[in-house]
Amino acid sequence: METTKLPPSSPSSPTTSFSVPSAEKVDGFPRRSMRRARQRRSHSSSQFRYQSSQVELTPLPLLKDAPVAELHDLFCKKLQQCCVLFDFLDCVADLKGKEIKRAALNELVESVATSRGVLIEPLYPEAIKMISVNIFRTLPPSENPEFDPEEDEPTLEASWPHLQLVYEFFLRFLESPDFQPSMAKRYVDQKFVLQLLELFDSEDPREREYLKTILHRVYGKLLGLRAYIRKQINNIFLRFIYETEHFNGVAELLEILGSIINGFALPLKAEHKQFLVRVLIPLHTAKSLSIFHAQLAYCVVQFMEKDATVTEYIIRGLLKYWPKTCTQKEVMFLGEIEEILDVIEPSQFIRVQEPLFKQIAACISSPHFQVAERALYFWNNEYILSLIEENCQVILPLVFATLYRVSKEHWNQTIVSLIYNVLKTFMEMNSKLFDDLTASYKVEKQKELKRERERADLWRGLEEHQDRRMQMLTEAARNQRNLQERGERGDPPSPSSPQTAHSDQPEPKPSGASSSSGAGESAT
Amino acid sequence: MAGADGDDSLYPIAVLIDELRNEDVQLRLNSIKKLSTIALALGVERTRTELLPFLTDTIYDEDEVLLALAEQLGNFTMLVGGPEYVHCLLPPLESLATVEETVVRDKAVESLRKISQEHSPVDLEVHFEPLVKRLASGDWFTSRTSACGLFSVCYPRVSSTVKAEIRQHFRTLCADDTPMVRRAAASKLGEFSKVLELDYLKSDIISLFTALASDEQDSVRLLAVEACVSIATLLPQEDLETLVMPTLRQAAEDKSWRVRYMVADKFSELQKAVGPEITKNDLVPAFQNLLKDCEAEVRAAAANKVKEFCENLPEDSREQIIMTHILPCVKELVSDTNQHVKSALASVIMGLSTILGKDNTIEHLLPLFLAQLKDECPEVRLNIISNLDCVNEVIGIRQLSQSLLPAIVELAEDAKWRVRLAIIEYMPLLAGQLGVEFFDEKLNTLCMAWLIDHVYAIREAATCNLMKLVEKFGAEWAQNTIVPKVLGMANDPNYLHRMTTLFCINALSEACGQDITTKQMLPVVLKMSTDQVANVRFNVAKSLQKIGPVLDSNALQTEVKPVLEKLATDTDMDVKYFAQEAISVLALA
Repeated sequence: METTKLPPSSPSSPTTSFSVPSAEKVDGFPRRSMRRARQRRSHSSSQFRYQSSQVELTPLPLLKDAPVAELHDLFCKKLQQCCVLFDFLDCVADLKGKEIKRAALNELVESVATSRGVLIEPLYPEAIKMISVNIFRTLPPSENPEFDPEEDEPTLEASWPHLQLVYEFFLRFLESPDFQPSMAKRYVDQKFVLQLLELFDSEDPREREYLKTILHRVYGKLLGLRAYIRKQINNIFLRFIYETEHFNGVAELLEILGSIINGFALPLKAEHKQFLVRVLIPLHTAKSLSIFHAQLAYCVVQFMEKDATVTEYIIRGLLKYWPKTCTQKEVMFLGEIEEILDVIEPSQFIRVQEPLFKQIAACISSPHFQVAERALYFWNNEYILSLIEENCQVILPLVFATLYRVSKEHWNQTIVSLIYNVLKTFMEMNSKLFDDLTASYKVEKQKELKRERERADLWRGLEEHQDRRMQMLTEAARNQRNLQERGERGDPPSPSSPQTAHSDQPEPKPSGASSSSGAGESAT
Repeated sequence: MAGADGDDSLYPIAVLIDELRNEDVQLRLNSIKKLSTIALALGVERTRTELLPFLTDTIYDEDEVLLALAEQLGNFTMLVGGPEYVHCLLPPLESLATVEETVVRDKAVESLRKISQEHSPVDLEVHFEPLVKRLASGDWFTSRTSACGLFSVCYPRVSSTVKAEIRQHFRTLCADDTPMVRRAAASKLGEFSKVLELDYLKSDIISLFTALASDEQDSVRLLAVEACVSIATLLPQEDLETLVMPTLRQAAEDKSWRVRYMVADKFSELQKAVGPEITKNDLVPAFQNLLKDCEAEVRAAAANKVKEFCENLPEDSREQIIMTHILPCVKELVSDTNQHVKSALASVIMGLSTILGKDNTIEHLLPLFLAQLKDECPEVRLNIISNLDCVNEVIGIRQLSQSLLPAIVELAEDAKWRVRLAIIEYMPLLAGQLGVEFFDEKLNTLCMAWLIDHVYAIREAATCNLMKLVEKFGAEWAQNTIVPKVLGMANDPNYLHRMTTLFCINALSEACGQDITTKQMLPVVLKMSTDQVANVRFNVAKSLQKIGPVLDSNALQTEVKPVLEKLATDTDMDVKYFAQEAISVLALA
């Protein structure tokens, strides 16, 4: 931790990468292990700049000692006192003031949590103001631009000793039996909520945890803000998916949404379906999926349990965004598919089985054994197995060729034996179909080869044709240019006529050209 | 086949469309990438009436396929029959401009912008502008986002009533409900301003600019800063103060560091756009604040602009402004807590010397250079060293040489090989500026030490460095100072060092000339052909091949040939291989 006295001109410049091993920037390959070895650093936001001069705090009498008549007044004064911000990067600065504020916050938390009748109307604006002043700030730039939440230690908020108490106060305030949504809604408005949502990008997991509970309470108590909150979360997600790929609080927001979805009324509104199809499903494309996949899959399954008709959207969506190169994500997708199949309605299953099992077959033939293994585990799931059995006529032909081929080719013994089990299961399910498919396997293979040859022929023909056409077009263009030049020389004073002639030109050309090409064709 | 029917019957469209519908994505993608081939086979008419409708109807594919399609259609004008039919391409591109995936949408917009130029003014109004309108009022944000990129391409070529409509649509999108659309509009604000008439610029754009610059989201506000450059360039000087400056001042003090960063990053452009008077009165204090910003990112961005900003200051007051306003901030940055800030400064600070002239440089800048040369961060030191030439022109490098040397020595011995590599690359430059005496006295040992570095990349760079030094100081210098040392390494017990001798000879023979090569280098090489390490032996063969052209034919025949012939019968197959290669290249067979 850096404790150097900062130059007087910038009384609170944020910590900077002081401890970064020198020359790391020059050495292009900072090793992971080294980066992780760096000590945990904390950062603070750039708000101090805007606070003109530090106010000296003086301790106020304790709330519990105050006569009832002065209680509210004192409460209000304490709230105002807590609006003063301190520089936590300089950990020796103004220790007395920090302690006074900490004590005051503790008292406020205690008071809101335990005593009744404290929250009267005039305190609402003061309380919300204190909360806003403390928590709303522009989050500082990430110290580690390639911050990987799975690998790296997060940068922690330096002012947490105060910030935590402010969050705690806010939470107790919202949860107090005295809390009146009708009064709060004048101060906890759209702008407030928007700023609250922006804080979810904080790198500090402790802060996000508080924000999650708080936003959930706000959503629960302030009905007028619900639609707005959902819309803004959508915007955050869409920006995350399509613009920045960076937002630290996706998992927390999804967790809140999980319970929100749970409470949706039936039938589902178009807005909610749109949210599923255009936001939740595309979230699967994110690079950092692993961080919030559990929460995302939960939301998706919640939707299905609400309304089975969305199943098809979900499965087709997942198939559309199926990972092409990232096997780790592929395993996650397969896990999610299994969660979905666990609760799928048989009538819905029939609608998606064809594309779904084509993808599963592709996964089984993946050279990455974890992907193949994860797909083959589906046959260990009794409910899925029963669905497969019911639709054996459709599914077996889809996967048979793959199973047959991979059973002979896969490098990994575990996969081979899993496939044998699957083949055995199918044989028991429908031995007639199984035998037919085995018999026709070779023929199908031949047919496929033939189709491939035909395609190659077709394209060869097309390309030859293209070459001939290109030649003719360039010739035609040359002739036209010659004509034009001659025309210009012979007939200069009509500038408008060449233009019409120009646009007429291309029409007759192709037919003339094509007849000559046809002649060429018959000659060969 | 009935050739007389022409191409149109060559291939039934169904076959071709089957290719575009193939189940295998990869095959589908291949077909789409060759869409022009298919269109050629169909001819212009069937392309218009059958292929394009098919493409328009089946836009539910993988994004990768859609991206290829969006790109192809931008080059389709001739394939549908030329400019008069180009509007046939609009329906599929319109659908592509509404999809979710950003890259597809962007590509569709790019293609639309491209083909907009091929529309006649009439077609533009009849076909293109209605499309822009539909996109601008689409339900989902994607189509509205795409619309933002299309206004500026059609505005200049439509009638005044349509122009009014376009302005109205742009206004609506700037105030859109979703931040995604506002961001798209803000990012096109500058571009749109450029095609607008001055009156409308003042009446319409300024209010939009002001609104976007005070948006609730910093991601929108920072884009307005970019637009600020274009707008300020377009407006007459007398309007800037009232129309642009209040917003710019506000942006420079925005509570979000991202916006301030953007201002710092665009500072030179802003400076040029607002002109000298406003620069003096407003930008100088703003720049000072950015250099003192509490966020390191902002300070680094501003530090990067120090030289450019000073260079572009009005000449009459340049020196005074730099000395009284900028230099004090720069002095503080030299001891900044953040290494990125310091290294950004170090990469431009030397440029100030040309602006301030000799006396000021010696008095004010030199101490800063010296401080930075002693900085704990090697990148800072490297940045200073790599820009020495600027100072050299003004005050000569001698002033610095006393501090330079310890800095160079320290970098030369840095634990990170990339740092060592970087300083080696500046050696020829330094040698040129410091002169041969200084070099021999102080730096020669360093250059030789690098030859036995334990990292190959350093040894390799050191070899190359020697060659450049010889090119600079001449063959005679080489003969006296480095050749003996290089040849001495041929007897080193470490075979890697012995090989370095060979690598040096490869690099130096040409620069040293025939005489030195034949008399001094060749005997050493030949002697090494009996080395017990095979790697050395085959490098002897390679070296002989390399220096062969420098030798005369007598030496080649009498000395080189026998050795190579012997190596060609070596027990090691690599040695044999390279010996034979050398024999054939030098035509000694």
